[in-house]
Amino acid sequence: MKAMAYRGPYRIRVEEKPMPTIEHPNDAIVRVTTAAICGSDLHLYHGLMPDTRVGTTFGHEFIGVVEEVGPSVQHLTRGDRVMVPFNVYCGSCYFCARGLYSNCHNVNPNATAVGGIYGYSHTCGGYDGGQAEFVRVPFADVGPTIIPDWMDSEDAVLLTDALATGYFGAQLGGIGEGDTVVVFGAGPVGLFAAKSAWLMGAGRVIVIDHLEYRLEKARVFAQAETFNFAEYDDIIVEMKKTTDYLGADVVIDAVGAEAGGSFLQQVTGTKLKLQGGSPVALNWAIDSVRKGGTVAVVGAYGPIFSAVKFGDALNKGLTLRMNQTPVKRQWPRLFEHIRNGYLKPSDIVTHRIPLEHIAEGYHMFSAKLDGCIKPLIIANPS
Amino acid sequence: MSAPTPPTPYVANKPKDIPSPAALRARIPGWGVDLDPKDRPSYPREVFDPAGTGAHWDYPEEQQEREGRERSIEHGQLTPVFGTSAPLHGVSGSIRRYAYRYGEGRAAHWLILMAGDRVDAWGAHLRSLASLRPDDPVTETGVLAEGRRHGIASRIGRGRVDVNHLWLDPVVVAGPWVAAAAGTAVVVRAIARRTRR
Ligand SMILES: [Zn+2]
Ligand SMILES: [Zn+2]
Repeated sequence: MKAMAYRGPYRIRVEEKPMPTIEHPNDAIVRVTTAAICGSDLHLYHGLMPDTRVGTTFGHEFIGVVEEVGPSVQHLTRGDRVMVPFNVYCGSCYFCARGLYSNCHNVNPNATAVGGIYGYSHTCGGYDGGQAEFVRVPFADVGPTIIPDWMDSEDAVLLTDALATGYFGAQLGGIGEGDTVVVFGAGPVGLFAAKSAWLMGAGRVIVIDHLEYRLEKARVFAQAETFNFAEYDDIIVEMKKTTDYLGADVVIDAVGAEAGGSFLQQVTGTKLKLQGGSPVALNWAIDSVRKGGTVAVVGAYGPIFSAVKFGDALNKGLTLRMNQTPVKRQWPRLFEHIRNGYLKPSDIVTHRIPLEHIAEGYHMFSAKLDGCIKPLIIANPS
Repeated sequence: MSAPTPPTPYVANKPKDIPSPAALRARIPGWGVDLDPKDRPSYPREVFDPAGTGAHWDYPEEQQEREGRERSIEHGQLTPVFGTSAPLHGVSGSIRRYAYRYGEGRAAHWLILMAGDRVDAWGAHLRSLASLRPDDPVTETGVLAEGRRHGIASRIGRGRVDVNHLWLDPVVVAGPWVAAAAGTAVVVRAIARRTRR
């Protein structure tokens, strides 16, 4: 089968790889129809995530058709159209039993600090991802869900991470009625977080980025006020001014480890890889939230230490909340919101790229060319 | 003339200038449908519901162990299910196995893994040169997208902050190739010298 394969930082290609096989009785093999490239895939692509091995296939956002099931699979059969949450999880361990699906203890021998994620390095368990024609899906009775007939397949692929994560970020903020919510990052997760903040009753939603075409999307898609931080000498001061010198009630970091805005942090964190990524966005979040406010982090950060302004978080009495998203916990509610027309996730899709051209897709997404917000990968046209 | 009211933090209970719920609802479809924090899907953070996941096991069957599957020493055992995408091999494999002697709390663990990653990538480039399908820096970096996807127009005059460290990208991308070429030259020269002797 054809699959994307990592060849080292900034280098990938499409290779002929062996078909994935049933390695555990509850595995399924899924024929991927559509996958997506995620902003957090760029951390792998740039060589920022420890134990990213040559030859592995990325892709934790995908949907497809069940091709084969293992002997203990009860809930799926061959031919089912399924969406698969990006978390690999067992459903029964100490953490899964408490709803912490992203923190499962039974699927990632390589680390205890992070759960299992498809196509996200050996640090996240060493699973091959869905930017391929076929993928092994462990715990097929737990993660995948049959795509409802009424659901658009591009909406389904965005539910596997981006929308669920944006919504989860807004939840972590504990938004109350009338709150001022600032979202750093106008990528897919930031756009969805901004949109979700309204559903939770925000009074003001502000999105910050430096790419004008993404801010335009934030205004139109998420009805947000926008600030382009490249236009201000000090975006934090600007945030204070616009909030009556209070600061925002809730700030959501939807950027993660590749933040721009500080040359020093960018070079040490992203280029030279001396930190677990550039913590600029997180530090700006800590700076621009009000005292006693909440910072929610859903941007991806690696396991290596980062230079985070912890003293300010302490002195301001902040609540910091963060996790990888337990995706499937969000689905029933998000299905309703899509059905009611409150959310239309596929509105942010800008590019559809055949699997064969995925290297150019990565470069385009990484370099933010051509107004790219969310690229989908067409693996098996169906 | 009365003095202007100071901004919020300096006075008590000054209301924020926020539109009314009705105005917000009119402008934003679905505004406030998830207003009640107790009714949000991840509230409370932990809910004990082992039956709600679809799992029909207390402890899953164990996937067949591959020879010497590496694991974090913070785990009490090999997890019953794991990925098998790229088993340890060669020099990078030894480096990575060494990293797994350190716990996840130690910088050494992660930094040695990063070193293993770089050795893995360089080794793969060198091996590829001797294969039927050598690495191709043009197609594999996707750099042709610069021409096909408005590489210049996407950057110039747009105030992007990432443009100021763009010059580093060629160094990061070409660096390993230059290093590999230099290494090859040194080895070739050494062999040539030895055979001349
Ligand atoms: Zn993702
Ligand atoms: Zn579990």
